[in-house]
This record gives sequence, structure tokens and C-alpha cells, in this order.
Amino acid sequence: CPDYTEQGDPELQSASGSSKYGSLWPLPQKVQISDVSFRLSVSGFRIRDAKESSAGPSCSLLQNAYRRWGCTSLVHFWMTSLFTFYLLGLETFSQLVYEDEYGAKSINSSVISDFPRFAHRGILLDTSRHFLPIKVILANLETMAMNKFNVFHWHIVDDPSFPYLSRTFPQLSQQGAYHPYTHVYTPADVKMVIEFARLRGIRVIPEFDTPGHTQSWGKGQPDLLTPCYSGSTPSGTFGPVNPILNTTYDFMKQFFTEVSTVFPDGYVHLGGDEVDFSCWKSNPDIKKFMDQQGFGQDYSKLESFYIQKLLDIVTTTKKGYMIWQEVFDNGVKLKPDTVVHVWIGGGSNEEMGKVTAAGYTTILSAPWYLDYISTGQDWQKYYKVEPLSFNGTEAQKKLVIGGEACLWGEYVDATNLTPRLWPRASAVAERLWSSKDVKDISDAYNRLTVHRCRMVRGIPAEPLFYGFCPHEYKGI
Amino acid sequence: MSRSVTLYYTEQGDPELQSASGSSKYGSLWPLPQKVQISDVSFRLSVSGFRIRDAKESSAGPSCSLLQNAYRRYYEYILGGAGVKKQKPGKNWRSGPSELTELQVWITSPDSDCDAFPSVTSDESYELTVDQPVAVLKAPNVWGALHGLETFSQLVYEDEYGAKSINSSVISDFPRFAHRGILLDTSRHFLPIKVILANLETMAMNKFNVFHWHIVDDPSFPYLSRTFPQLSQQGAYHPYTHVYTPADVKMVIEFARLRGIRVIPEFDTPGHTQSWGKGQPDLLTPCYSGSTPSGTFGPVNPILNTTYDFMKQFFTEVSTVFPDGYVHLGGDEVDFSCWKSNPDIKKFMDQQGFGQDYSKLESFYIQKLLDIVTTTKKGYMIWQEVFDNGVKLKPDTVVHVWIGGGSNEEMGKVTAAGYTTILSAPWYLDYISTGQDWQKYYKVEPLSFNGTEAQKKLVIGGEACLWGEYVDATNLTPRLWPRASAVAERLWSSKDVKDISDAYNRLTVHRCRMVQRGIPAEPLFYGFCPHEYKGI
Repeated sequence: CPDYTEQGDPELQSASGSSKYGSLWPLPQKVQISDVSFRLSVSGFRIRDAKESSAGPSCSLLQNAYRRWGCTSLVHFWMTSLFTFYLLGLETFSQLVYEDEYGAKSINSSVISDFPRFAHRGILLDTSRHFLPIKVILANLETMAMNKFNVFHWHIVDDPSFPYLSRTFPQLSQQGAYHPYTHVYTPADVKMVIEFARLRGIRVIPEFDTPGHTQSWGKGQPDLLTPCYSGSTPSGTFGPVNPILNTTYDFMKQFFTEVSTVFPDGYVHLGGDEVDFSCWKSNPDIKKFMDQQGFGQDYSKLESFYIQKLLDIVTTTKKGYMIWQEVFDNGVKLKPDTVVHVWIGGGSNEEMGKVTAAGYTTILSAPWYLDYISTGQDWQKYYKVEPLSFNGTEAQKKLVIGGEACLWGEYVDATNLTPRLWPRASAVAERLWSSKDVKDISDAYNRLTVHRCRMVRGIPAEPLFYGFCPHEYKGI
Repeated sequence: MSRSVTLYYTEQGDPELQSASGSSKYGSLWPLPQKVQISDVSFRLSVSGFRIRDAKESSAGPSCSLLQNAYRRYYEYILGGAGVKKQKPGKNWRSGPSELTELQVWITSPDSDCDAFPSVTSDESYELTVDQPVAVLKAPNVWGALHGLETFSQLVYEDEYGAKSINSSVISDFPRFAHRGILLDTSRHFLPIKVILANLETMAMNKFNVFHWHIVDDPSFPYLSRTFPQLSQQGAYHPYTHVYTPADVKMVIEFARLRGIRVIPEFDTPGHTQSWGKGQPDLLTPCYSGSTPSGTFGPVNPILNTTYDFMKQFFTEVSTVFPDGYVHLGGDEVDFSCWKSNPDIKKFMDQQGFGQDYSKLESFYIQKLLDIVTTTKKGYMIWQEVFDNGVKLKPDTVVHVWIGGGSNEEMGKVTAAGYTTILSAPWYLDYISTGQDWQKYYKVEPLSFNGTEAQKKLVIGGEACLWGEYVDATNLTPRLWPRASAVAERLWSSKDVKDISDAYNRLTVHRCRMVQRGIPAEPLFYGFCPHEYKGI
């Protein structure tokens, strides 16, 4: 049995505190672990490409993974146990290894056949409310791989700050970042994140959220945002992106062309959430435009007008796009392969039904807003979510390609992000990877406590309940 | 002379707090001193030339290692910021006209207390005059001097050229409450020494002066007792890696003392003692299922003489290991069901004439425990249940009010009965929620209960508690700070320091300062620190 055990949770009535699946997390689709154990020779053990393998020594992604425990590059700071492999099967293999009562590295004869239930398993991090040093992003990418997450949804800019250093519009971060040198992501930083993620099987989907959530864009790009009015004079404040100026669309074309070359993933996230109409309503030029277009008093038509043009622009850059649910809810005309991101709590099941009934690919975040914290074992409520529990046909359910745990940044930065995200996000990881009928909370607790202690050897994943890890976290 | 400038470290204003500029006229002082005057006149601190020295007239000198240690620590805080290069003064170096060259520390009492342990009666007051060329910090003893050094370090800022600067100021300060504590729980999760020390350091930055060490409890017994080593041998999560050796404990106590912090250990009985029974068979009550033992155990067994022999030896050791004048004896949440199931105890209840009132049995135990502890010459603190259940307490007992909902009433009752009181009920920091909950801790008024002036005087302070069910080295420090800082100001500053917007403006900078000093204090709201936390 694995060496690392936390105390059983009496509420979960897990007397022995250990699972027959050891500490596998997320639980594979098919697992058979026998009682026959083997030892791993510390000096002699090797990981090699099989003769028949289509990947060989030139596949740096794999070679890198084999070697990672000895890697002394920028990722060395979590060098811990001898076997820390991060690609899917390598990760599972590493989870099967345990120390017997003599401390000998051991593994039991096993047969595992595995694949994810959902293809899109993501984490959203917010680098606008608080700048996140690259080190923190990389450490969390590493931890995502340990949990078989495969999408990093980078909510990179928003109202408070614009840390993305654009080569086409450098003034955006020059004026809009918290600090133009110390609190920006340079092209080199972004490249590093993308490659680091790729080596771990993680897609990087950037989100440039418009037309709302754009206060910081206006600092370096005057005339981009709508000037709000107090009666007949400008009030000095600004609202969402100004949808009636041609310059807006010229800017967006150039900007998203750059984005499409910087970020290699097939998709970008365009946001489109929480657009406050009050500034538009106050602006006389906009009111005139509304009349000209025959939109009446329906400002969601103006929002649709903007989004439509934006989607067309992004389409020409040959990217697919993801948008928050409001864009769908407000009746915007979307391409068939648009991914709709359901986030609004309370009624999300209904929304899932509507979005899939309309034929759109969907991802779910509503029940997984990890920035909402509370005392106690809230991982359990994330674990118990069933993404396909809405009323719909089989065809509809197939349109749900996965979900994302979101960690919005109002109250989160380098000081507290990692323990707030892990192991709570691990609950979401299993829900998105493992089979629908993997629901035994007691067994999950027994595996997750050990999985958590495994992460602790370098990653400050917080405890589930009272207990201990043989090797406690060494930082403060 | 340059005009004063807005402080460099600012987080974004909180629109809800309508703090337009984001800066306070008190700069980033936290907690706010009793009397502060900061002028517009600014001086520079020479990185190479600035010194912290004992004043000629001071009763403390080079042999006072507590102060020498503090001078070095604060020198580092003030001038050792990231990127600040220290150079040897050149041959022609001379201080400029607007330069502050020295902070002199003047202990005015003949007895500086330098080698003493702090106590609840220690005088923590100080006066700080920042004027050039020499700033003067006057305090009756070292405890006030430590607080004054922290305040001085909070007055230093970087001007727009990055030059270390300070404004001409006069400060006169002392704490509103004498007992300002943090409770940490090392039983639900073992806390490595490193974490305890880092948090003691942060407590000093916030002028906390009591570390309430809830060291053992049901889940584990990490305290390595020299009299009863089997307690941790059997009761700790791991007898080697998850214990506090006598050397560890000494280190914590001295580290705390050098920062003006008392260490009050809590050995909580008769409940919360599951882990004690592993290494001390017969200490706990065997529970019964009908007429046979069920195999489980309950609170300490109050009817055996061996229990009291054990407690006498144990608390004698505790009284020598922990130098503070007080120990905390717990006494909370005693579950009577196991006692009720045990036939020997039922017999004893009859013999004593206690009837069915098991709180009388609890009182019987506590009484004897208090008598034992009294012989070890310690005062004691107990959780409120011991008072609520009518136990006979010594007059100088400190009652610890913790139960939420009705705590105001309880404060009234305890003080009306004449007992010294400390408040924790509104400050259970292990209860977390989304958003700026520091504000609700800040808004607590400890003396808001109905009572006479004499009663209110009996409230000597309070403690922020961070129970350990969900907390260990991975998440403790950001969970504790800066939320506990709100409690720090409530316990130190004057009652009428209540402006939340001003508090926000000072606290955001104070928080960035903690981050710069290596402490992962979490953010209050969106924004940034010029130097973000460098860990993960």
C-alpha cells in the first residue's frame, strides 16, 4: 500500500484510508492492479522509446519528459522524487510507483487502458486583476499536467491592467499595464509559456475579452473606448469598446492578426461577457447610430453588431473562436464551430440544454468557479457535478466537449494562487477525465489525499482535512 | 528640501471604498499609532551612512543582544530592499543638509528588560521623533523600542528617484490592549518550524505580542515531552519528522522573545485529548457499549489518581519548558457521552453526589487541574466553557471567549464576575469566504458589550485564531495575512480609528511591505505591488 496516507475523514467513513486503486488521479477508464510487486532500481531504471514506436530520439517532447527529473533548467525548483513524469501515461506510471516498508521504490503488476471522457479539460487563470509572475504560471502548468488538464485558458487582459506586450501596439501595455517593465508578458515570456505547455500536452487559448472588460485598453489606445456622457458633455469616463467607429475595426483587425500569429492554438477566446450598456446609452453619437441602424432602444443589437464584425475579422485570421454565453444568449449570428462557454451559475443546466439544442459545441464552467471560497471540503461539491445532467438528446450531450475550472484574480496572486487552485481543481480534473460512474467520494478522498501529498513535493497544494504528508511542504 | 511625495507602493483604489487617490495622510503605518504627526519635510537616508545606535544615555548597550539583533533586522528591512546596492562610504562622503544619518535608541528605564521575557504587564510604549540629522526613539524598555523600530521602518519610503526617504515626524504610541495574540494549531496539521518562525516575524511587523501555541489536540501530539517521551512517540503523526523537540521549542521561545512576543502553550484537557491516550494508556476514559468496553476512548479519566499524578508531572515539566507566566489549559467542548457510558464513572458520580450532572464531574477534574497548575506557579487561561459551567477559578484566571453568537453577552457575564477576559469569537480566521472579509474583522469593537467601566477594564485584549483542520504549511501564511492585520490594528490602535477607506489605503501598502519582506500575505483586492512575491 502507498506510504503516504492522511488520516481518514470520519465523515467519509473511510476507516483504512486507502483505495484499491492506490493513488491514481484521475482514475483511468480501465485499471487492473495485481498484488505482485516489482522493485525499480534507482540506478538502473530507464525510460526508452519502444522499437516499434513512431517517436524516437528526435522527439524532444518525449525525451524532455523522460529526462525531467534530472532537468536543471528553469523548472528545477520542483525536483523532488525520482520519477516525476508528466505526459498522460507517464504521469499514470509515476502514480503507480510507491515506497514499500523498506523505502524501496516499488510498483505492482498492472494493466491500464485509458482515455479522457472529455477532450477539453481546462484551467482559467486571470493575469489582469493581478499580474502573475511567469514562475507561477509555469508551476501551475506543471501541476495541470500532473492532473491531466490539457487547456490553459489565459485570461490575459481585462479592466484593471493590460500586461500583454503587443508588438503591433506596444503602447497598450506601456500605458495599460500595472508597470510597463515589471508587470508585462514580453513576446519571449509568451513563447516560453506556450512551449512549456506544449511539452506537457497543454493547449494555450488566449482570451482577449471585448467589448466589455476593456478599461485598460483605452489607456494606450485613445478613441478605442466609448466616451461616456453626463448630459451633453463627456464625463471623462469610458465604457465598452466603441462599436460605431471604423478605427475600432481597423485596430481589431491588426490586433487579432498579431494574436493569430503569436498563439498557435486553433482557437482564441473572444470574451463578450457582461457588457454594460449605460455608457453607450449616454453617448449621442451612438444614439444617432442606433437610429440609423434601426436598432431602436435595443442595445443588445448594437452589441451583436460589434461581435458580428469581430467574429468576421477573427475568421479571416483562420482561428476558431470561443465566446462567453451572453454572446449566444443575445442572439448573435455564430459560426457552426463556435465554442460557447457556459459560466453563469443558477440555471446553467437549462443553458447547457439551450446551447446544445442550438447545435453549438459547449464547455462548462458555471459550477467550477474556484475563486469562490468557503470553509471546509468544497472539493466534494466540484467532484459531484455531472456535466451532462441537463435535459437533452444524445446528440446534444455529444456537443459538450468539456469544461474549465476558473480562478478569477480579484483576490488571488502569487502569494495564494497555488494552494487555492490545488487540489480543488483536481476534483474537476477527475470529473472531466474519468468515467461518469466514478463517483465514490470515499474512494476519491483516499486517492486524492495521497495525490495531494505527491503534489506537495514542490507544489503547495493545500490539505483536504487534518492529517499529514510524510514529506511536508518546505516553503512558507 | 523636497516636498513629501505620494508613497510609491499603491494598489488600485477599491471603488467600493471610494478611495480615489489610494493614499493616506498616515502613509502606510499599521497599526496606526495613538498620536502621529507627519510633516511635509523630507529627509534622505544614506544607504551607506545610515546607522541605528544606542543613545549615549540609554540603559541598554552593546551587551543587549535583543536590541543589537533588532537593529540588524530593521537595517535590513529599511535599506536592504531588492536592487539596493550598498557601497562603502567614499573618502569624501559627508551627509548632506537634508540627510538622516542615524536613529538613536534610548531606553529610559534603568531596567531595560533586555534579558527578560515579555509579560502582560510590560510597558510597550515608545516615542519617536524623526528630525535631522538624528532621529530619536525613546522607550522605557526594549519592548517599546521594538515597536518603535517597526514604526520607524514603516515611515521610510522611496521617492520618485528611488531614494530612501522619510518625513519629519513625531509619534507617541502605546497599545490599547495588552494581550494581542495569534493562535496557531499544530495538531490538526504539523507546522514545520520554518513556518512558525516566519509567522512570528510577521506578527512582530503587526505588533502582535502573544503566540498562543495550541500545540496538541485529538489528531496528533507533536510535543516531545522529556518526562513522557512516549506521548509523541505514539501520538505524533510521525515520531521523528512530525515532532517539536526541546531544541525546537527553545528556538521558538527565544525567536519570539527577541521580537517581544510571549509564547503561551495550550495543553487542552479533558476533551481534545485522543492523541494523548496513544502513549499514555489509562489516561483516557474507556467508553462502554452496554456492559463491555467498546474499544474507543473519551475525555481524560477524572476518577483515577494516576490521572492527577500524570498531570502533576506533565505540567511541572511544562512550567519549566515555557517561561511565560501563563499556560492555557483549554477545557472546551467536553463530550459527556463516554463518561456516561462508563460504569466506574457512574459509580463515582453516585459516591460524589453529582447525580446526573456531568458538568459537576468536569468541574471536579478542572478544579484539581487548576490546583496542580497553581503549584507550578503559573497563572492560567481557560476557554469560556470552564467559566460557563461554574468551576471555581482563581481571581487572576483569564477567560477566553470564543463561541460566536452571543459573545457580547458572554463578555458581559465574564467581566461582571470579575474575570480578566480575552476575545476571539469574532476573529476565527479559519472561517474563510470570498471577498474582503478583513473589513468585518476590522469593524469589531471588543468593548461594545453592556458593562461598567470597571468591567471593560478587565478585557485585556484578544486573539485571532487559525484552527488547523484545513491549514498547513502550503496555505497558512496567505490565509493568516493580511486578514490578521485587521485584528492587529483593532487591538493596538485607538477605539476611534475606524475609517475603513483610510485603513484600506494603509493596509494595501503594509501588505506589499510584508510581501517585499518575503511573507506571502495575500492581496486585499485587485492591484499590484512594485515587487511581487517571488515564490509560488
